[in-house]
Amino acid sequence: MSTKREAMLALADGRFFRGRAFGAIGETVGEVVFNTAMTGYQEVLTDPSYKGQLVCMTYPEIGNVGINAEDAESRRVFVDGFIVKEYLERPSNWRSQMTLGKYLEEAGVVGIEGIDTRALVRHLRTHGAQEAVISSIDSDSAALVRKAKASPGLVGRDLVKEVTCQEPYDWDVGDWELASGFRRAKKETLRDAPLVVALDYGIKLNILRRLISTGFRVKVLPAASTAAQILAYNPDGIFLSNGPADPAALPYAHRAVAGVLGKKPIFGICLGHQILGLALGGKTYKLDFGHHGANHPVMDLRTRRVEITAQNHGFAVDSESLKGRAELSHLNLNDKTGEGLRGTGVPFFSVQYHPEASPGPHDSSYLFMRFKRLIEAFPRFGADALDRIVADEGAELR
Amino acid sequence: MPLRKDLKSVLLIGSGPIVIGQACEFDYSGTQAVKALREEGLRLILVNSNPATIMTDPELADRTYIEPMTLATLTKIIERERPDALLPTVGGQTALNLAIELAEAGVLDRFNCELIGARLPAIKKAEDRDLFKQAMLKIGLEVPRSAIAHSAADAERVLAGLGLPLIIRPSRTLGGTGGSIARELDDYRAKVAYGLEQSPSHEVLIEQSVEGWKEFELEVMRDFADNVVIVCSIENLDPMGVHTGDSITVAPAQTLTDKEYQLMRDAALRIIREIGVDTGGSNIQFAIEPTTGRMVVIEMNPRVSRSSALASKATGFPIAKIAARLAVGYRLDEIPNDITRMTPACFEPTIDYVVTKIPRFTFEKFRGAIDELGPQMKSVGEAMAIGRTFKESLQKALRSLEIGSSGFESRLPEQSRAQSFAELRKLIAMPSSYRLYHLADALRLGMSREEAFDLSKIDGWFIDAVADIVGVEQRVAKEPMGEAFFREFKPMGYSDRRIAELRATEESSIASQRRAAGVLPVYKSVDTCGAEFEAFTPYLYSTYEGEDEAPPTARKKVMILGGGPNRIGQGIEFDYCCVHASLALKEGGFETIIVNCNPETVSTDYDISDRLYFEPLTFEDVIAIAEREKPFGVIVQFGGQTPLKLALPLARAGVPILGTTPDAIDRAEDRERFNEMVSRLGLKQPHGILARGLDDAITGAAKVGYPVLIRPSYVLGGRAMEVIPNEEELRRYVTLALQTSERHPLLIDRYLQGATEVDVDAISDGEIVVIGGIMEHVEHAGVHSGDSACALPPTTLSAELQQELIRQTRMLACELGVVGLMNIQYAIFGGEVFILEVNPRASRTIPFVSKAIGVPLAKYAALVMAGKKLSEIGFTTERVPSHVAVKESVFPFGRFPGVDTILGPEMKSTGEVMGIDATFAMAFAKASLAASSNLPDSGLVFISVRDDDKQYLEPIAHGLVQMGFDLIATDGTSRHIRSLGLRCENVNKVLQGSPHIVDAMKQGRIAMVINTPDASGTQDSFSIRRTALELRLPYFTTMAGAKAAVEGIRALKTQPFEVRALQDYHRA
Repeated sequence: MSTKREAMLALADGRFFRGRAFGAIGETVGEVVFNTAMTGYQEVLTDPSYKGQLVCMTYPEIGNVGINAEDAESRRVFVDGFIVKEYLERPSNWRSQMTLGKYLEEAGVVGIEGIDTRALVRHLRTHGAQEAVISSIDSDSAALVRKAKASPGLVGRDLVKEVTCQEPYDWDVGDWELASGFRRAKKETLRDAPLVVALDYGIKLNILRRLISTGFRVKVLPAASTAAQILAYNPDGIFLSNGPADPAALPYAHRAVAGVLGKKPIFGICLGHQILGLALGGKTYKLDFGHHGANHPVMDLRTRRVEITAQNHGFAVDSESLKGRAELSHLNLNDKTGEGLRGTGVPFFSVQYHPEASPGPHDSSYLFMRFKRLIEAFPRFGADALDRIVADEGAELR
Repeated sequence: MPLRKDLKSVLLIGSGPIVIGQACEFDYSGTQAVKALREEGLRLILVNSNPATIMTDPELADRTYIEPMTLATLTKIIERERPDALLPTVGGQTALNLAIELAEAGVLDRFNCELIGARLPAIKKAEDRDLFKQAMLKIGLEVPRSAIAHSAADAERVLAGLGLPLIIRPSRTLGGTGGSIARELDDYRAKVAYGLEQSPSHEVLIEQSVEGWKEFELEVMRDFADNVVIVCSIENLDPMGVHTGDSITVAPAQTLTDKEYQLMRDAALRIIREIGVDTGGSNIQFAIEPTTGRMVVIEMNPRVSRSSALASKATGFPIAKIAARLAVGYRLDEIPNDITRMTPACFEPTIDYVVTKIPRFTFEKFRGAIDELGPQMKSVGEAMAIGRTFKESLQKALRSLEIGSSGFESRLPEQSRAQSFAELRKLIAMPSSYRLYHLADALRLGMSREEAFDLSKIDGWFIDAVADIVGVEQRVAKEPMGEAFFREFKPMGYSDRRIAELRATEESSIASQRRAAGVLPVYKSVDTCGAEFEAFTPYLYSTYEGEDEAPPTARKKVMILGGGPNRIGQGIEFDYCCVHASLALKEGGFETIIVNCNPETVSTDYDISDRLYFEPLTFEDVIAIAEREKPFGVIVQFGGQTPLKLALPLARAGVPILGTTPDAIDRAEDRERFNEMVSRLGLKQPHGILARGLDDAITGAAKVGYPVLIRPSYVLGGRAMEVIPNEEELRRYVTLALQTSERHPLLIDRYLQGATEVDVDAISDGEIVVIGGIMEHVEHAGVHSGDSACALPPTTLSAELQQELIRQTRMLACELGVVGLMNIQYAIFGGEVFILEVNPRASRTIPFVSKAIGVPLAKYAALVMAGKKLSEIGFTTERVPSHVAVKESVFPFGRFPGVDTILGPEMKSTGEVMGIDATFAMAFAKASLAASSNLPDSGLVFISVRDDDKQYLEPIAHGLVQMGFDLIATDGTSRHIRSLGLRCENVNKVLQGSPHIVDAMKQGRIAMVINTPDASGTQDSFSIRRTALELRLPYFTTMAGAKAAVEGIRALKTQPFEVRALQDYHRA
């Protein structure tokens, strides 16, 4: 390990850490955030929501299970830099096909290992998430700190346009199973299934898979699609996806969503949840260091049951700003931030966390079924559909 | 859903004596539960026969019963106390089994006592292997193909269906008792028969072997509202086939992707819901086929377990404490996380370090035991280590074990490489206590990861880690030692001592160069959350990295060194003392710091001290803490031999040692200095000599006179101590001893045959000496004090003799300048007092004495060591109880097939129980019952004693006959009994052929066995003792024990059996 190339991580507030390079050699700038999930680094790397961010894993041993073809959450790596305590060159897992280092190298993503990640996390916890640079080509800490300071940051930036699809497409692959891998939906099943149009702000594949396995036909649209373009498909329901950076920087998305509100049942996750909030006229704000992990307790305020959730967001909806337009449905028990909205008199619901998991626990997957019930009830009950089905769910929730 | 208002009192059952498979982790969990429930204002009734536990301290529960843990006793206690509920899930398998018995016998219904935590159907569904299997299939989970057998005929049918190899798992036993893997037919039949015998329900599960699959465990918690969280995942380094208690385990799981981990998590949630464990923690074990990921469910424990103790320590999430709260109505989200305070316990801990647990074995204590690991647990303790990487935690764990290892030393004898390689292949293929060292040796010699995996089925990830560690040894040995050197190798877990070994130099030289290079450990917190939130409990571990996040405070501190992994001779009793020291000194205004590496203990609960360092107890690790904390003093006398060994080096390094000086400790330990002191004080000790080498020993022994008692100096628990009858045996012993340890001389003492042994515990503040208790041993001198039963107060010693013992104890305490605790072992021989041993430190008997006399001796001793006077504390006179307390020992012989059960000077017991009552006889009977020796009330008693012992036979034989027992004996003994005018049936010795005594035992004709072995210890008497053990017949191998048993039986037959709480005994 002593023969490895040196690298440095420098933060905008002047703190820097020395480590060793892995993955691609080079330099990268972005907001440094930490993720507390102990498994699922491949899913994290490929989550488009991390665009513009340098991700530090709090779990210290990374690379242990390698990389495989099944665990990617999108078509490529989206993190802009990767920070770990110890990178393990030799993976051990029956599904592993490649090392993490090689994967990052091929993706051109700069990684750094040998970092006191716990010290970094403690720093971010007290000083907030901030811009940083990882470099394996420049070892001048002062210069790197200057570069970090000069970085534009995430506030007010539209990174969605860098990750969304260019053209609409159909999706037909469902959940993963151990013995058989991914299950492709049968054509005849799809033909009779209700149609969900999913707006791709940076959508994770597992959301699409969950939608298929819940029994939908799925059409994915680019983020900039207008309300008219969306409604032109005459969907049975509309899904708003996760995605990167600042929800306030996406006026086109707010307009489109405002234009479909009330017309079709809507389900939003993460950025989709924030866009819904903004489309309703609410406000969003940036959290100090966000929620990134797989262990956050969230309470469903109606049932008072707690879900252990997967989380990945740096911005949040100010639920106070939505009084009268939407009801707070879920609460984060750690810091009491809002985690879910339910329309009052409008058939939509949304959550800030990730019921599709991947990585993370599956406690919240009932929400996909709720979406299906909502879609089924909507033609009959219209604006009251959500209240009807939520009341019916009762004990079936999990 | 907060606290249930309908519950006012709760009965909690502990786990009884420490045995293999059930150790002090249940004191840890039980103590947490008791504290948590009392904080809720509930009246707590506690039953546990083990006096060495913190939970049985009379101030902890409202009512504390140190009584035998049987259906009858529990019924009496329930009848008396009328608890609203019984919490059966924090006292291990013992508590769970008792709860089942109580429920099935209708006792709980009769007294309106509700089972909380887990109700009967759930317990049965989890515990009954067939019901469990059906439940798993119902929810679509795979289990190994298996079938239940209740008889040999069943087993044949199962064999035909499944084929070998097969695993045999008896139902409802703890620590896998009676479990085995059968690879051949004969083997299979014998093992099934054995398994059936071991199962209380006479039931075994015979299951397809998934040997070699990866093994995982999840710790799951559930509340009434059906919220479920996973507290911790654990991956076993040793694959399936080795009992998880004997496996090296790592947290969190290391070789699962998220998709695979979530499948396991989903399964765990489904399982706990299907089984219907209402609230609390459960442990679920899974096996995964390494090449396909296919997952099968192995088993579930619907209760707090050894693994949950480990998971609690590994994550900072106190499972038992929270389980107790859940059982009385709380929801997970209503309970705050102690460590972060701001966030709730309803979450899943995430950790940013790696935890490694390595079991500690004591095969060397049992001659004839084979060092092979399988489905039946054999380890007696464990060490846990925390590091930022697996390599660091693994090497820290190795040096925490205290087996003389400071890293991956080679265990290869000087041999040619080819021979070694062939030998190593075998050693790696067969799980044993040293397998990981063999793996390291093989990797050193160039074995590939693939081959190592093929042989061992240890996951390649772990093999690589070991390969990385040994792969840099050449560089560690040769490269210049600057900052870069230490910054590279210390984070891999290399200890200074291991570096010194590799460089053939002294540890001190490495340490000083490391310091000169400015490389010191930093300390990080265990905080449940990967640093996402602030931690308020300083639960710390060392690593070599950038930031130290736990700067010491400016308070006045006392540092208490714990005992490390449990082993025979050093266990829970010492942890008990450390805990008391910490609590007392906290109260006394000190900041207390505990250093320990045993995850099972109460002392490593972050609640016990102000700062907990979960660290190995080596000089390097301890001095690093002492140097930064700069304590007012360090307590080394409470944790047993482990910290005691550090006393002198720490003192030399300028660390202040509290209490009795290290020099005084050395005066008591060093034979020459000790002899000088004893003779100067005009006291007596058995004539003894110090021998170096064989010739020296032979002349010495002849001078002392046979039989002699022989042992190496500086040992605890009578390690390798033997009574030697003649020169031939002496030659054998000395030759062997010199092979294993040539550095220490041998002590050869006259063996006072038939002497009465006495233990005295005392406390001194340097001014006055107060006797804690005088304990008269039941067995004669020659049986290790840790193994013999004893009574407090003494039953046969005259007042004069007791005064003499007190006088001598005072004299020795003053001479040594004892400040704190002291224990002296005496032998009374021919009316005279001989000193056998002086230990100026906490002894194994401190908790027993404290419970017997109702005085917290360890607490007072800690205060005294920190400068208080006994007069200030108010303890200035001995307190002699009006009742009698008897301590009895329990033994792990059942785990070691082929090992003799005979007692001797080497300690073999794992734990102890206490019987307490108005008379010695009843107290002894209770202690026997508690040690699961069921004294019979009628039937045929087999007696076979050696010639020397025949003089003691008369009262025993008469007593038995008077009470209506019949006697049966072999030739010599039988003749002797008849000569006493008693009837006695004759039976063949085994060597005389069938039908012989062992046949009679197997036919169920024998109710009790009294068998003292003749000098040669023939195979004959061995098979009798072994059969008695396997048939669970009460058996006595000493005349003193037999005599006490007869008295006990008489008491049981003639006196009412009463239960009484400790609080009633000690109400002044």
